[in-house]
Amino acid sequence: MSTATFDTATTSRVDLAQSAKLHKQAVARSRAKATLFHVLVCVVLVVVLYPAAWMIISAFKPSADIIGNVSLWPTHGSLRNFTKALGGIGGVSFWTFFQNSVILAVGSVVGITLSCSVTAYAFARINFPGRNVFFTLMIGTLLLPFHVVIIPQYILFNTLGLVNTFVPLLIGKFLAADAFFVFLMVQFMRNLPRELDEAARIDGAGHLRIFTSIMLPLMKPALVTSSIFAFIWSWNDFFGPLLYLKSPELYTLPIALRLFVDQTSVSDYGAQMAMAVLALVPVLLFFLVFQRYLVEGVATQGLKG
Amino acid sequence: MTTLSAENATDQPAPTPAETSRKPKPRGRDIRAGYAFLAPWLLGFFLLTAGPMVASLYLAFTKYNLFGAPEWIGVANFTRLLADPDYLKAWQVTGVYVLIGTPVKLIAALAVAMLLNTKYRGKSFYRSAFYAPSLVGASVSIAIVWKAMFIDRGPVDTVQQFFGFPAGGWVGQPERTMPMLVLLTVWQFGAPMVIFLAGLKQVPAELYEAAACDGAGPWRRFTTITVPMLSPVLFFNLLLETIHAFQIFNSAYIISSGTGGPARSTLFYTLYLYFRGFRDFQMGYASAMAWVLVVVIGIVTVIFFRSSKLWVHYSGESR
Repeated sequence: MSTATFDTATTSRVDLAQSAKLHKQAVARSRAKATLFHVLVCVVLVVVLYPAAWMIISAFKPSADIIGNVSLWPTHGSLRNFTKALGGIGGVSFWTFFQNSVILAVGSVVGITLSCSVTAYAFARINFPGRNVFFTLMIGTLLLPFHVVIIPQYILFNTLGLVNTFVPLLIGKFLAADAFFVFLMVQFMRNLPRELDEAARIDGAGHLRIFTSIMLPLMKPALVTSSIFAFIWSWNDFFGPLLYLKSPELYTLPIALRLFVDQTSVSDYGAQMAMAVLALVPVLLFFLVFQRYLVEGVATQGLKG
Repeated sequence: MTTLSAENATDQPAPTPAETSRKPKPRGRDIRAGYAFLAPWLLGFFLLTAGPMVASLYLAFTKYNLFGAPEWIGVANFTRLLADPDYLKAWQVTGVYVLIGTPVKLIAALAVAMLLNTKYRGKSFYRSAFYAPSLVGASVSIAIVWKAMFIDRGPVDTVQQFFGFPAGGWVGQPERTMPMLVLLTVWQFGAPMVIFLAGLKQVPAELYEAAACDGAGPWRRFTTITVPMLSPVLFFNLLLETIHAFQIFNSAYIISSGTGGPARSTLFYTLYLYFRGFRDFQMGYASAMAWVLVVVIGIVTVIFFRSSKLWVHYSGESR
């Protein structure tokens, strides 16, 4: 090696030529790699998005066009499916279902924001006996299959005459029963500097004051993430409304959608797709607007979709 | 994500003398404030979780149909479960779904995460796009779409005929409903993928460089660096996805039109529990089923945590 550096000019020219060739090879290889990456990713993208695209486009097709036809493009597109879907079911308008879903989703967001932030503050910032025990129990509810509580809960709400109202679907949100959100907010709060509340405390502020005027404003990102997830989960919830909502005027969109599918003739897939699309529109809008919050929420907290 | 105790070590420094001398006064205030702030959760916990859990444990040993008083029948519900062919079928269906769906979904998630863990542009777009199905996958809308895609002469049927597979929709054929539902859960690989990606970002690049210098090929780098470094994230995903898979309900309910059919092929555990509890109003029997599920999921969780000592690698600073 050491002698080679004192070699003649000719060999170094050969070295140069060789290294240029090597460089060219490396460029070609990295270009091939980039191409491979984009091809693979696009294949995954097509597979992932095909069902969504198919749903949206089928909603504009007559049912006869949907069966036996893979292509996405509608040959004779129409809005007939949508007028049929918006027509409602059994005399109850589509907008009634929509309104019910909105009431429940907004109620969940309000309830979860209020109750979970208060709970998280207690766990993250106040020192009191029993806290660690309760925290462990809270984490335990995170892993508990909820089926073990639904039967007694149903009996309880039935005894209180609250079946067929929104109360059973909302009360848990106002009592911080969704441990995921409590956990998310606790984790977020722990990363806020403690000096802030220490300073406020020295200035004579109590916990209520510290919570409302220091913690809540700083927690905005966590509150936004929780709100988006709370809205979407409530919007997509099927089991709760299936159990508790009996009269069609109280149905949410997922329950109405199921009824719609059961009622329309089996082959009317176009109208079913139209209603499925309509039921997903708010979720898709939320996703498009807030996708960064959603993905970051999953990445940092391991929140489920 | 991995710290499940109330306090991080860094969170609570040992009280300095100055602090302890300042503490005594607000202590009582702290206790009162603590329980005041925790009041909603405490109420919810006892009213909606702990109370109902005790109640359903009691109901599991009774015969109860929502009218009249529960009648104590000892372990009869549990012995009946063992002899109930529908119940055993429900375990079989759920077991197959958990054992196949979860690993396939996680392998897909890890593969795509590794594909995306590169320097190329458009990464965050793809990440969001791939995540989208996780957000809507359990909705009724998507279950209806899935069902429609797999009908006779639907798009999937047409494609499979093109490739020479036997024709026919999947919905009506008992042996094809499970693959349909597994595909639906695999389609939602986005959420674990995002978590894997976050984990992959934490793996120091020097490790790969050093291994490459030592002549380790891609597979060897994957098994000796990626997997161990990713094992906490892998553990987290595996645990959560498994627990979730046990509880699948919406898609199976919609795709089988609320029957668990055809030929009980989609009679998932939660579906059967729902039928017994809320269609037949055998609430004692359904409570017994619910408790068996809790115990099984509890055992699975304990096995995961115990085994994690063998294969989950925590780097020095994070416990």
